[in-house]
Amino acid sequence: MSTPTVPSTRSRKSTVFRRALALPQAKIGLTLTAVVVLLAVLGPWLGPWLTGYDTTGFAGKPFHSDGVAGTDGLGRDVFTRFLAGGATLLLYAVLATAIGIVLGTALGMLAGYTGGRLDSIIMRGNDVLLSFPQLVFALLAIAMLGPQGWLLVLVIGITHAPRVARVARQATVAVKDSDYIKAAQLYAMPRRRILLREVLPNITGPLMVELGLRLTYSIGYVASLSFLGLGIQPPAADWGLMINENRIALVLEPWGVLLPVLAIAVLTVGTNLVTDSLASAAAGREKEAAA
Amino acid sequence: MSRLIIRRLLVSLVVLWLVSLLVFVATLLLPGDPARAILGQQATPDRIAALQAQLNLDAPVWERYLSWLGGVFTGDLGTSAATQGPVNDLLGDRIGASLVLLVTAAVLSTLVGLALGTWSAVRRGRAADHTVSGISLVIAALPEFVIGVALIVLLSTTVFPLLPSVTLAPPGEPVWSQPLQLILPVLTLTLVVTPYITRMMRATMSEVLDSGYVEMARLKGIPERTVLTRHALPHAIGPVAQVIALQLAWLAGGVVVVEFLFRYPGVGQALIDAVNNRDVEVVQAITLLIAAVYIVVNLLADIVGIVTNPRLRTEVSR
Repeated sequence: MSTPTVPSTRSRKSTVFRRALALPQAKIGLTLTAVVVLLAVLGPWLGPWLTGYDTTGFAGKPFHSDGVAGTDGLGRDVFTRFLAGGATLLLYAVLATAIGIVLGTALGMLAGYTGGRLDSIIMRGNDVLLSFPQLVFALLAIAMLGPQGWLLVLVIGITHAPRVARVARQATVAVKDSDYIKAAQLYAMPRRRILLREVLPNITGPLMVELGLRLTYSIGYVASLSFLGLGIQPPAADWGLMINENRIALVLEPWGVLLPVLAIAVLTVGTNLVTDSLASAAAGREKEAAA
Repeated sequence: MSRLIIRRLLVSLVVLWLVSLLVFVATLLLPGDPARAILGQQATPDRIAALQAQLNLDAPVWERYLSWLGGVFTGDLGTSAATQGPVNDLLGDRIGASLVLLVTAAVLSTLVGLALGTWSAVRRGRAADHTVSGISLVIAALPEFVIGVALIVLLSTTVFPLLPSVTLAPPGEPVWSQPLQLILPVLTLTLVVTPYITRMMRATMSEVLDSGYVEMARLKGIPERTVLTRHALPHAIGPVAQVIALQLAWLAGGVVVVEFLFRYPGVGQALIDAVNNRDVEVVQAITLLIAAVYIVVNLLADIVGIVTNPRLRTEVSR
């Protein structure tokens, strides 16, 4: 069954995208992001094919200048490891972002739409989680259960959720008294359906901005935890881990640090530029709607 | 206004209590026998028994929570499993060292952020404004260790080998006895936080500069500098204070990675060591400490917000 509001919201959603795409920072950001994502996704296959080593990059010659970027202190080919080191980071970051956005949006919409006691309970629960810096909360969980992949994804996702929920709640409160919501209520549409079919399509603007922001932060947190030695574990090739392993020999063999630092930097700057363009586009649309 | 502040204070206290509950409940996640899990490979029957007694594992959960909470209130944070000494001794000097880092970075980034934001807003749409916005957008995206490593490459090793990249204070001497070693960690934290303050200040200041009372002041012939400092700035401070507080509270967490990177002998480094050693009581103490700092800073920000907002100042209560 379709309601009259659906087609109009579809077209409005696409204008946020189209508006954002017209901005220069969106084009630059998308290009930067695409380059690193391609590198990370294809790297694990490209590396062995190009250099002849397996993905651990073991070459047996410590601090040797063979190959594109030499070898590290354990005799592993830096370039092979660099190519192989982005895939897991990217996967974890995307999964953590997805958990945070889905959980946060659900909680925020429920709190904003329902109001009353449920609203206060959800938002007070949020306040408690918001009292920990995200990284510190992750460290607390890792201290108890050890550095495991599923735990990284889960704990980063869960700490995103209250931050997303705040945004989703605010956006929901702003639309919940609109005529189309009232109409849906008069049809006696069930709450779940109203939230999914009527509210959600109308709060995608702020949620997309939040998605970009959370993805940027997720990449940063996963990489930071690996850098701290508490994320992705050796002997896996990973950018954050590589920076920590190779920084002792920074002067002797700088590529082992520089390549992964550059990759992480380009990736996060790319996603942040796209986020910024989405934010400008959403703000522009709001201004027009108000006028 | 005072009723609003008291209510806000009570909310903070409740949140702090719930946080302590959460930090305690986390220890229940330890798989199997906590004493065995904490000791790991060093587990001998004697040490397990000793630790079980020390953690009071035979007592019911709520009793353990109450005795732990009681310890926190009386200033006894427990015993470190790694050093076998009290957690208080472990943290004493480190809290001071971390505070030096935090306060310096906080003051620097606030000053630079407010100045750059105001400057950007005054020159809205011009090249200077676009440059500041562009650079802060790029830096805001970078994880703190990426900024730190970039600074090490630039200023400490490869390009200009000027500054020490590792903190090597002789034991017993305070960290500020070697001010050169403080530069890179402080600079890293400042760079991480400044872009947010700059962007918020620019946005708020732009709005204020377009307002009626600023135009009125200009029409009265007040010099532009006075318009900025007397009329515009006070109105911009309130909303920006919240963002500043949020960022400063964020520093309490960001300091962990930065201390690890520069081997700075602070609380963050101790937290990483404790997580690596499964030193549960130290992890609990530090996470609680950081959360408490976070809550207090946010509370202060809200109070500043209430005090500087004239509408809230006169509102009876809501």
